[in-house]
Amino acid sequence: MARHVIAPLRDFPAGSRKLVDVEGRAIAVFNVNGEFFALANRCPHQGGSLVHGRLVGLVEASEPGCYRYSRRGEIIRCPWHGWEFDLRTGKSWCEPDRVRARQFAVSIAAGAALAEGPYVAETFPVRIEDDYVVLEA
Amino acid sequence: MSICSTIDCDVHANVPGMQALLPYLDEQWRDSVIDRGLNSLESISYPPNAPLTARADWRGKAGEPANTLDMLRTQALDRWNIDVAICNCLYGVQLLFSEDMAAAFAKAVNDWLVAEWLDRDPRLRGSIVVPMQNTDYAVAEIERCAPDRRFVQVLVLAMGEAPLGRRAYWPIFAAAERHDLPIGVHAGSGFRHAVTSLGWPSWYVEDYCANAQGFQAQLASLVCEGVFAKYPKLKVVLLESGVTWLPAFLWRLTKFWRGVRAEVPWVDRPPWEIVREQVRLTIQPFDAPNEPGAVARLVDQLQSDDMLLFASDFPHWQFDGDDIMPAGIPQKLHGRIKRDNALATYPRLSATAAS
Repeated sequence: MARHVIAPLRDFPAGSRKLVDVEGRAIAVFNVNGEFFALANRCPHQGGSLVHGRLVGLVEASEPGCYRYSRRGEIIRCPWHGWEFDLRTGKSWCEPDRVRARQFAVSIAAGAALAEGPYVAETFPVRIEDDYVVLEA
Repeated sequence: MSICSTIDCDVHANVPGMQALLPYLDEQWRDSVIDRGLNSLESISYPPNAPLTARADWRGKAGEPANTLDMLRTQALDRWNIDVAICNCLYGVQLLFSEDMAAAFAKAVNDWLVAEWLDRDPRLRGSIVVPMQNTDYAVAEIERCAPDRRFVQVLVLAMGEAPLGRRAYWPIFAAAERHDLPIGVHAGSGFRHAVTSLGWPSWYVEDYCANAQGFQAQLASLVCEGVFAKYPKLKVVLLESGVTWLPAFLWRLTKFWRGVRAEVPWVDRPPWEIVREQVRLTIQPFDAPNEPGAVARLVDQLQSDDMLLFASDFPHWQFDGDDIMPAGIPQKLHGRIKRDNALATYPRLSATAAS
């Protein structure tokens, strides 16, 4: 497990998403209201590209006709078959125990700290005065 | 009830003609029937001479389908040692356009069933025929009949005015659940719509086969509209529905539900799971090749020992001889199918059977 610097924070605003390649692995990274989530991009159902899905909220119902809508933007729907995955757990809504997308930890790190550690930033220079999005994979 | 008892969940008490119902109609309706010359409300779902409508050995002297208690007794109940049989009366009540007339005839049919059948043989139980044309009237008829514990089910047709799951019908389901009455959905149409979604077919064989699609659509409606979520104790029994289409249909329903389940969030578990808990099917017709191995595989696909209910569908011609139980159904399920599953499905059977 290595830590990869995937983008300067300023290039990854809230509401945006990126598909990153980390040592040959395609990983979908989402910034939801300033909180970062990363999932293996390949949908565990049939292989759809999750980063191209729609982010939706969680729809539940206490009984028919009584909708409960919460966690807006925290559920990714695969663009192929509409399966919903919880960004916080990677679990599918329909088969949470059997079908789940692999999760990766994402954090924000200061450039000053990154300059010292065993970090990998393959495609851009790390500047001490900036913050960066770091993925553990 | 003895340990080897058998419960037949679908036999037909056939109204022999309008004359038979006259004593059970209110005076105004009785006079109106005579005044208008209404000879019959027979639906075309079962044309009298169609082979399906009655087996050759289950017809009267003039070739009419069995329509007497004596025929039911000698040719079904006694012959197969049936301890309890549920009578489903298919008469044209559901076809009427007048809500008032439908209510009047539903009441007459139910009272006729009590007096001419249930009162005359302690083995018989009945399904309440309801005027689905008007939800209030249907509920009122359930309330009227429910105190007689020999009524064990509410009877509706596979194809009616609107999909069964629609909320306009919910008071009917509430009443059924409240009174321990499953909803029996029987093959047949009110002919409000073409019997196929493509339009009217030309031939009777198409009509009859189309019932399977009707059942599928009703099942999808009941699941997706949330009837089973709203009424978790309600059981729905598919009568004369055929059985073998079910696994394939549930696979399809469950598969597509996974992609769009947020549209029906009250369906909060896989449809096959809901159906296995709350839906039951009678075993005639079964719709399988006459090959025991194939039947066993199809039963296995249900992934449930609880769903199948024994039924002869007398006098409809679904099988020959005494082969009600399709060859290939595992022996270990016979007891469940012939007795236990029915007792678990119909709470009122247990109560009356114990007395």
